[in-house]
Amino acid sequence: MIELETVAHGYDGAELFSDVTLQLGDGSFHFLTGPSGAGKTTLLRLCYGELVPTRGTVRFFGQDRRGLGRDGLAFARQRIGVVHQDCRFLDHLSLRDNVALPLIAGERPVPDRDVDDLMAWVGLKGHVQALPPSLSGGERQRAALARAVITSPEVLLADEPTGNLDWDMSVRLLSLLIELNRMGTAVLIATHDLNLIRAAKAQVSARVLRIAGRRLHLAGAEL
Amino acid sequence: MRVVPPAGQSAWLTLLIAGAMAFLCVFALALSVAADRLAARWGEALSRTATVRISAPPTQMDEQTAIVLEVLRTTPGVATARLIPDDEQGALLEPWFGPDLPLDLLALPRLVEVTETPEGFDAMGLRLRLAAEAPGAVLDDHTRWRRPLVEAAARLRGLAVLSMVLIGGATAAMVTLAASASLAANAQVIAVLRLVGARDRFIARAFVRRFTLRALIGAALGTAAGMAALLAMPDTGESGGLLSGLGFAGPEWLYPLAVPPLAAVVAWAATRAAAFRVLRGVT
Repeated sequence: MIELETVAHGYDGAELFSDVTLQLGDGSFHFLTGPSGAGKTTLLRLCYGELVPTRGTVRFFGQDRRGLGRDGLAFARQRIGVVHQDCRFLDHLSLRDNVALPLIAGERPVPDRDVDDLMAWVGLKGHVQALPPSLSGGERQRAALARAVITSPEVLLADEPTGNLDWDMSVRLLSLLIELNRMGTAVLIATHDLNLIRAAKAQVSARVLRIAGRRLHLAGAEL
Repeated sequence: MRVVPPAGQSAWLTLLIAGAMAFLCVFALALSVAADRLAARWGEALSRTATVRISAPPTQMDEQTAIVLEVLRTTPGVATARLIPDDEQGALLEPWFGPDLPLDLLALPRLVEVTETPEGFDAMGLRLRLAAEAPGAVLDDHTRWRRPLVEAAARLRGLAVLSMVLIGGATAAMVTLAASASLAANAQVIAVLRLVGARDRFIARAFVRRFTLRALIGAALGTAAGMAALLAMPDTGESGGLLSGLGFAGPEWLYPLAVPPLAAVVAWAATRAAAFRVLRGVT
């Protein structure tokens, strides 16, 4: 569904990584780990088309990102759910409207009941009218997950989704992601939390990728 | 739901700009209509009438008048020639000399009103014939003083139209500035909308709808104020010249109603262009 083929990217002429090849197929589950600044977030941004690779090819659902055009990229994003590290909410909208935003932006009908069910699923039933700045870090992360899955995406990308959460909440969020994966959604989680990866591997068949030394490797069996 | 947060200053700015420009546009439109009316009136009068003034000793007056009328009757391009009777002539002089002017005691020239055919007559030829046959008769075809006035009125109308074009251009420029400021202030909102799969036209529509509506409301208020101001102008009668005609008459009052929709169209186009220009820089 999302393919990176010998992709390189860098900033200001300095290459962050190169020769990265990755395929996120149907129902796959990947972790992406590595030291801070290695390029995890950059790789994720390439995966939803916010960045264009300096070399190599990125394909969304079989189509080269460069040939998609602006509308084509928007349509591809409607099939990809993203949990951003900083959540990226619209602070003037209620949490409910933020969760429904991908449907609204995609000019699709908003089934109120589905939104309510989803809010209940992530444990935010009592916060539907709350504004994002009034929420705790954990509540924001769960709301971001709800927004990412409201369109039933084929791929879910999550950047440090448990970064602001305590262990219990992290496990709960992980359970939600595993549940989604079991329903067929391909999942890629960028994290440096090795305990989370170990907890996931006990429940799901996940590949762990490590980005380091400007290359993407399959992580060792120690994980 | 408003995916773009309500903006403070740009909202009021657009409303104010549209209102002020519509107000000015109504006046420019009124000036254009008045100048058009004046040019038509003067132009019509210019092409329609001329006067022959006969100054002769009392003993020769009737003879010269008869000669003049005969010359005019046989001149190609003259539709009618009418001797202005004494009472009508008295009415013409009344504003200057009062109602008790003893016309029969004064050696006033006689006036013959000449109406032209659409083809008109040869003024130079007629002057030569009058000079030869009735030396006391002088043709005044009004051309010398009416033509510059007609040209001035036509130019005034052109200036009024140019003013409306400039007002439209200034409105577009100012709405573009306000929309650009609003787009810049909402850069984060635009980025998030793109990331969740919004197409450019969806994002642009949120801004375009807002600015178009503001321009429409502002222009409607400005137009109403402009029309009210024209209605409130004091009636100066005929002595007011152009000022007395500044305004609309009858169905002409419908003309300014086109200003708000036009302002909305200008705002729509300006905001749309600004939005798509900004969106091209957002992935």
